[in-house]
Amino acid sequence: MWDYTDKVKDFFENPRNVGEVGRIDGVGEVGSLACGDALRLTIQVDKSSGKIEDARFQTFGCASAIASSSALTEMIRGLTTEEALNISNKDIADYLGGLPKEKMHCSVLGREAMEAAIANYLGQAPKKEEGEIICECFGVTDRDIERVVMENDLTTLEEVTDYTKAGGGCGSCHEKIEALLYRIMAKRQKEAQAAETPPKKLTNLQKIKLIEETIEREIRPALKMDGGDIELVDVDGNHVMVTLKGTCSTCAASQFTLTEYVEQKLKEFVTDEIMVVEVKQ
Amino acid sequence: MKTVYVDNNATTRTAPEAVEAMLPYFSDLYGNPSSMHFFGGQVEKELKQARAKIAALIGAAPEEIVYTSCGTESDNTAIWATLRSYPEKRHVITTRVEHPAINNQVNYLRQSGFRVTEVGVDREGRLNMDHLRDAISEETAIISVMWANNETGVIFPVEEIAELAASHGVVFHTDAIQVVGKIPINLKETKIDLLSLSGHKLHAPKGIGVLYVRKGTKFKPFIVGGHQERGRRGGTENVPYIIGLGKAAELAMDSLPDEATRVKALRDRLEQGLLSAVPNSMVNGDREHRLPNTASISFEYVEGEAILIHLSNVGICASSGSACTSGSLEPSHVLRAMGVPFTAVHGSMRFSLSVYNTEEEIDYILEHVPKTIAKLRSISPFWKDGKPVESALLTGTVSCSVTPAGSAH
Repeated sequence: MWDYTDKVKDFFENPRNVGEVGRIDGVGEVGSLACGDALRLTIQVDKSSGKIEDARFQTFGCASAIASSSALTEMIRGLTTEEALNISNKDIADYLGGLPKEKMHCSVLGREAMEAAIANYLGQAPKKEEGEIICECFGVTDRDIERVVMENDLTTLEEVTDYTKAGGGCGSCHEKIEALLYRIMAKRQKEAQAAETPPKKLTNLQKIKLIEETIEREIRPALKMDGGDIELVDVDGNHVMVTLKGTCSTCAASQFTLTEYVEQKLKEFVTDEIMVVEVKQ
Repeated sequence: MKTVYVDNNATTRTAPEAVEAMLPYFSDLYGNPSSMHFFGGQVEKELKQARAKIAALIGAAPEEIVYTSCGTESDNTAIWATLRSYPEKRHVITTRVEHPAINNQVNYLRQSGFRVTEVGVDREGRLNMDHLRDAISEETAIISVMWANNETGVIFPVEEIAELAASHGVVFHTDAIQVVGKIPINLKETKIDLLSLSGHKLHAPKGIGVLYVRKGTKFKPFIVGGHQERGRRGGTENVPYIIGLGKAAELAMDSLPDEATRVKALRDRLEQGLLSAVPNSMVNGDREHRLPNTASISFEYVEGEAILIHLSNVGICASSGSACTSGSLEPSHVLRAMGVPFTAVHGSMRFSLSVYNTEEEIDYILEHVPKTIAKLRSISPFWKDGKPVESALLTGTVSCSVTPAGSAH
């Protein structure tokens, strides 16, 4: 039997704010019947102040899911949408005096529903559509995992499963999750080290060598998977001139690829000052 | 708060008579039955009597009984003892709805290079016999099929499968852990080679099991040690528990008619009462070929753990096949193998009765379950004004392969 806190039991047995708000300004629907928990959150927002006047929930799920949903509605009432967006899944769990680690995904579900409802209110697309699906069983993306890992300092596959459900089905994604986890942890370690030690000034030769290595190791394989490629043309100070090839050269999102992927990778592995410039051939 | 215990497929109350029979063996009668002196000899004599009672319950000879520590050990022993006896045979046949004691074991075998066939079931939980027949080959070492399913109570035609196995020279094992003490068994009239039973499922204590090994069945021990159990299972006998099991077996012989009539009538009344009081509810499994004590009922659009906790708060102890209670993140592998829709699988509840249950307890359950379901449906996004509603949340990701959940045996 799960060891639930008195507050979890109270919010499960006497749920607050069940149902729909009177005037639905935003709705967030997350989870699914197949997954075993689903949450529908509706919010009513005061347009002049941006404050959430009312929030109500409908949940299909276990005691933790019902308690987390109910707690969330209590937490966000009276907050502006901006303030509500600062609430993390950990805040929801803490509000309830904690959740069993295996049930932390219920708090994540609550946070996702809130973000979806606010996005819906603001006329934005839900975040869930981004990223690559890592766990097919529960439809969890790499972005979902990365975010929860970062926010909750997760370090093991088991924790990722507890918080996101990813890997809790057929198990075929375990290796992918672990690889992603190691990447995130390495990135965090690097960031921590970078914060502690001032960046070492690279010589021109060192910088060019590092750029070439990063393109070869990190960037080219990913582009090639989609039929594209990249070529280093020149390096001038922190300006890195490249040419996109293959399918990348004709891709409508090539600019996005350059700034959000190529440049980010080079910033991560070489120096924060790198700027990528495309050279058309 | 009163306790209404209807989770007897998970474990049973130890019969007070069994407890009483055991007590002297924790104090005055502490001798080792293998000892040559009179003090151990008197214990050995009692063990023999207990063995005879257990053998009588299943229609076996006393020398065909091997004591183990639990049902899981019996299941593991059956498979390993056979595979080690036929090292040239690398194929195992079982079903997709076995208890993890078999299910996870064959997963391990598969990873170790054995070929494993898991026979499927239909919507009623009935075994696909054609699939089973087609799967048998010269490579097959053992067929292991549970006698009755722990979640649905559906009874499989194990006597027929045992005949089929024998005609191909294949060893047949049945996990009869849910059956022994609930329906009559006479192994003499069957071709079953190996059978597992567990003490705590028939009002004996936890920590004692039995593996029946038909005379003449090839058997290489799984636990190697002393000469106990005629060299088939090393380790000093768990004397008090064996005595308890002997007493429980004796009581079970006497209560079999009660199981078949009174317990079955209670189960039927509970089932009918719930189906008529709760809309969108259904029975899982073949209602004709089923254990007399088990009811697996799904309540659509609500989740099992939430039902369980509400019921637990009023003293009702049942179990669920929902993901949140399974110890995995996936719902019951049994119900999924049967193709029970997701609208129902997460809201599945198992009520398993025993001879200790009463009419009043059934009334109490019938009073509380409908209220609980109504309360949870009032929170559910899938339910409005007394009926299901369409929702985008109905669809979504669908889990992939069937993985065994940690269901209670």
